[in-house]
Amino acid sequence: MNRRTILVVLAAIAIVAAAAFIAFRMMMTPPEGLDLARSKASAKGLYAVAIAPEKEPLEQGPLHSWILTVKTPDGAPVEGATIAVGGGMPQHGHGLPTQPQATAYLGEGRYRIEGVRFNMSGWWEFTFDIRAAVGNDNVVFNLTL
Amino acid sequence: MRRRLLAVFLALVGLAACQPEEFTEAEKATIASLSLSALPPLAADTTNRVADDAAAAAFGATLFFEQRLSRDGTVACATCHLIDRQFQDDRPRSVGLATTDRRAMPLAGVARAPFLFWDGRKDSLWAQALGPLEDAREHGGTRAAYAHFVANAFGDRYERIFGPLPDLAAVPAAASPLGSDAEKAAWQAMPDAKKREIDTVFANLGKAIAAFERTIVHQPTRFDRFADAVAAGKTPQGEAALSEQEVYGLRLFIGRANCVTCHNGPRFTDDHFHNTGVPPVDGLPDDTGRAAGAKKVLDDPFNCLGIHRDGSDEACGELRFMVKEGEELERAFKTPSLRGAAARPPYMHSGQIATIEDVVDHYIRAPASVSGHSELKPLKMSEKERAALIAFLGTLVE
Ligand SMILES: [Cu+2]
Repeated sequence: MNRRTILVVLAAIAIVAAAAFIAFRMMMTPPEGLDLARSKASAKGLYAVAIAPEKEPLEQGPLHSWILTVKTPDGAPVEGATIAVGGGMPQHGHGLPTQPQATAYLGEGRYRIEGVRFNMSGWWEFTFDIRAAVGNDNVVFNLTL
Repeated sequence: MRRRLLAVFLALVGLAACQPEEFTEAEKATIASLSLSALPPLAADTTNRVADDAAAAAFGATLFFEQRLSRDGTVACATCHLIDRQFQDDRPRSVGLATTDRRAMPLAGVARAPFLFWDGRKDSLWAQALGPLEDAREHGGTRAAYAHFVANAFGDRYERIFGPLPDLAAVPAAASPLGSDAEKAAWQAMPDAKKREIDTVFANLGKAIAAFERTIVHQPTRFDRFADAVAAGKTPQGEAALSEQEVYGLRLFIGRANCVTCHNGPRFTDDHFHNTGVPPVDGLPDDTGRAAGAKKVLDDPFNCLGIHRDGSDEACGELRFMVKEGEELERAFKTPSLRGAAARPPYMHSGQIATIEDVVDHYIRAPASVSGHSELKPLKMSEKERAALIAFLGTLVE
């Protein structure tokens, strides 16, 4: 075996290992640079929206609640909004395993979102359609578990 | 020079061969999350006030093994849930008074499932127990007959746990809203207040059986000892050691084979319903799984929002926020635990697949579903990899 052969073999091993690693990462992990912010502007900019689980740390498995806070861009709480909750796992092609609902208005633009469950680990989208006097808008949050 | 390069090459090959011993931090976390040690304490069941009552559990055990709790005195819960067979029966489809359409599920850890049966048509362990008791192909009896039987055979034990039995003097020997035409007519003829009293006795039998079933738990296996050592940063040795092939199978399970996507957590299930393209059985009625089960649990008078629930309706989140309809429910069936699975063929909701080898093949081929969409994607797996996956599943048996 000459030196060149050995180098070729080593390079081949490295390429195979790297390819396997990349394939594994693509399947199992969320895309690089995913925006994981828990507060952001809604798509059309009508609302400033924030989410927080009622209990930290966020757990895979149990049914739990979130608090959704909806304000106007200048910080005024949005009351009386109708909220529709959705989401799913883009890499798996399925929706949420439950049908969460906004069940209570807690004041100061805060809404309780009940009935949330994440039954798998990975990248989840958590979406809110917000209808209120100002207009209809939606917002998509990314979560990783 | 040439010799030195060869030495470097051999060292690198050696390194590559050793690499499988080292798990990444993410792999270690996943392995730890699958150990029984990661199982939280069993939550209280506030919908069943005797869920953790020892006398109720003992009474429930008596009822579980009681063959007289059936139409002809030959069928008990234990007929299909055999205590020495992981509480299942090794048959493709269970046989009570007649052959049913579904495979019996094992019972370890069953108290943790938010929905019961392959299609989740019951939302509590106590409500689940009532289904087979009145199913014509299982126990085949009626709630009125069971009330009479319990009053005669176990009146004292029942009353010590649940309080006085109702007056049964005017209650027909056999009556139920789900029975034969004669049994339905007998039920219809009863006053509403009496129907409700009988329903309460019936629900209480379920609650006692549930108290017993809550005590049926998974036992740690070789995998748990291995996982606990890995989680503690130790090298698994002796009883905690897995073979090279088993470790390879574990890597595939949590990696490229994507098994852990649905078979996750210490019970190896996400407690959800998935369409995995399992073919229907010729000759059986069409089985749409969760699509039909969702409707049934919403309509069940013994569900969490019904009058027989103890405690407040705050315990009913699973029912209130379940997905009620839609494409994803079509032919979706509950993810079974994989603990002990390698030792209990046949597989799937109607025993469609005979061996664990064929199950792995099914997941590799990922056939389309006859309706709805299978969530599976085809995999490339060598013979060696299939064998490793199966070897790993063996570490979950004992
Ligand atoms: Cu998923």
